[in-house]
Amino acid sequence: MIRTEELLLNVGPQHPSTHGVFRIVVKLDGEVITEATPVMGYLHRGTEKLAENLNFTQIIPYTDRMDYVSAMTNNYVLCHAVEKMMGLEIPERAEFMRLIVMEMQRVASHLVWWGTYLLDIGALSPFLYAFSDRERILGLFNELCGARLTYNYMRVGGVKWDAPEGWIAKVKTLVKDMYNRLDEYHNLVSGNEIFLSRIKGIGKYDAQTAIDYGLSGANLRCTGVQWDLRKAEPYSLYDRFEFDVPVGKNGDCFDRYEVRMAEITQSLRILEQALEQFPGEGETMGKVPRVIRPPAGEIYVRIESPRGEIGCHIVSNGKAEPYRLKFRRPSFVNLQILPKLLVGESMTNLVTILGGIDIVLGEVDC
Amino acid sequence: MSEDNKREPEEATVATSDSASSEPVADAKPASEETPAPATTEEATPPPPARRVETDEEKAARRKAALEAREAAKAVAAQAAAKAAQAGTEGRAAAKSSDEGEKAGTEEEAPPKPPSPNQPRLDRVVALIREMVAEDAVDEAYINEANDHLPTLVLKNEHWLKAAPLFRNHEQLNCNYLRNVSGVDYETHMEVVYYPLNLNNREGYCIKIRTDREQPAVPSVTPIWETANWNEREIYDLLGVEFPGHPDLRRIMMPDDWVGHPLRKDYVPLDPEV
Repeated sequence: MIRTEELLLNVGPQHPSTHGVFRIVVKLDGEVITEATPVMGYLHRGTEKLAENLNFTQIIPYTDRMDYVSAMTNNYVLCHAVEKMMGLEIPERAEFMRLIVMEMQRVASHLVWWGTYLLDIGALSPFLYAFSDRERILGLFNELCGARLTYNYMRVGGVKWDAPEGWIAKVKTLVKDMYNRLDEYHNLVSGNEIFLSRIKGIGKYDAQTAIDYGLSGANLRCTGVQWDLRKAEPYSLYDRFEFDVPVGKNGDCFDRYEVRMAEITQSLRILEQALEQFPGEGETMGKVPRVIRPPAGEIYVRIESPRGEIGCHIVSNGKAEPYRLKFRRPSFVNLQILPKLLVGESMTNLVTILGGIDIVLGEVDC
Repeated sequence: MSEDNKREPEEATVATSDSASSEPVADAKPASEETPAPATTEEATPPPPARRVETDEEKAARRKAALEAREAAKAVAAQAAAKAAQAGTEGRAAAKSSDEGEKAGTEEEAPPKPPSPNQPRLDRVVALIREMVAEDAVDEAYINEANDHLPTLVLKNEHWLKAAPLFRNHEQLNCNYLRNVSGVDYETHMEVVYYPLNLNNREGYCIKIRTDREQPAVPSVTPIWETANWNEREIYDLLGVEFPGHPDLRRIMMPDDWVGHPLRKDYVPLDPEV
């Protein structure tokens, strides 16, 4: 006589495949998940509360620590929001610097995702490839601003440091090399039979569901919705460059993989053009008042981070500190769909699906 | 470890003897060169005991004076800020009234601003809500110029549940994507701010729902936009706004047994140690 029993399993918070301190309580019927309840807040530092007592320049380092895999885009969204409120003009060279570091960051971030995702699924070596290439990008950031992860690079009105001599040439070489490396990655992984059988048709949802859940980034585009804020609501200098928005069709983990890999290529394309058009000289900091006081009012500014729409909602009462600062974090919003995707899946697919969403816990918990 | 411990004092003595030996050299130099770097000599070598008493007294006096000055400055700044805030609100009120004036067709003495490209869209939405929801559903409607001329509406709390499906489903609006939900504590009232967007024609809105601060509650829109689920939970957790109709309104960031809602302006931690 076989007796079956519902099993309650805690995955995380200390589990490498949760990419941070994320916990999910799973109800199992044999191998099949019947219910999944995410529990977060383990990394909640109250950034929004802290920000209410800091001036805007002091908040920038806090944004580094939200999505710590893509700190440059976080820097940008805050600075951009304040600049928009104050109607500041940014020198062209500064804006170019910002765009270049943001696109480099997108490549680095997608490389982290690629490496760790394959590690989750059980392939160790891609992780080593990805991190060695990412290290080159981080090395260049280090040369630029003296930090590998938490850059604190951008300022309201421009960037803190100009490119050191020879830096642009180094980025050019990097972009050239990355194309070859990408081909290598595709040879190594993209056609692998085992890999495909693990991710094809897994974690599937359609465009309507994705929109209902407010997904953004590759999670939305994998269903065929062409929505990239760099194209749809251009900011910075993105309207000057030619690039495509890769979209998927089936909305499964494989499409998310393909979209992200294609996005690396597109970022490299943007980088190529930006480096070509990079102004030889110019200011890196605009004319900014000594104390930054946005006028009383309200603004919601959004940009495309590697994970999707990162937004910054500032309510200002004319003081140097924000009255209320809210970040719309793509990881937090994208993660909402997880319980829905997991029901009915086998336990093995939990890690595949969670990894496919691409979350950073610093951003989920904020 | 013990070796390290032994080494440390030795190094320290070496350092002090070094600085001591360097002092006479500095003394030997002309006085004009001594004056530019008083800070470094103070740090490196302990001042003579006779002078130390004096400096302590001086320091205390200076500290006291600085404290008093700072407090005075604070009071002045607070007054100034209060004045500025008053002026700001007055200015805003004036701007608003001038906006309304423009809408009504009368031109104020201020140079006539070109109407926002989104003004017709805003007017259409206001008319639509007045027709479909209720005549008095719209409290305020204005264009947020700093934010790319975003049409902004302040709707009445009791009509929100009826207006939200209109935004979601009406063929003219069709805002299928809710990009952000924020909660703001204004100290006089609470506000929940929604940013719905139509992904097809890229037309977005900002909708604000105001609610009482003592018992804040705004009807949940999770049944309409699924994405509001965790956003509303976060606002409930951090600001204490209730969302009747929410399927699972629990804390999401703070521990379940946390007391208070940290993002409220009057929040005082229960345990000051935390």
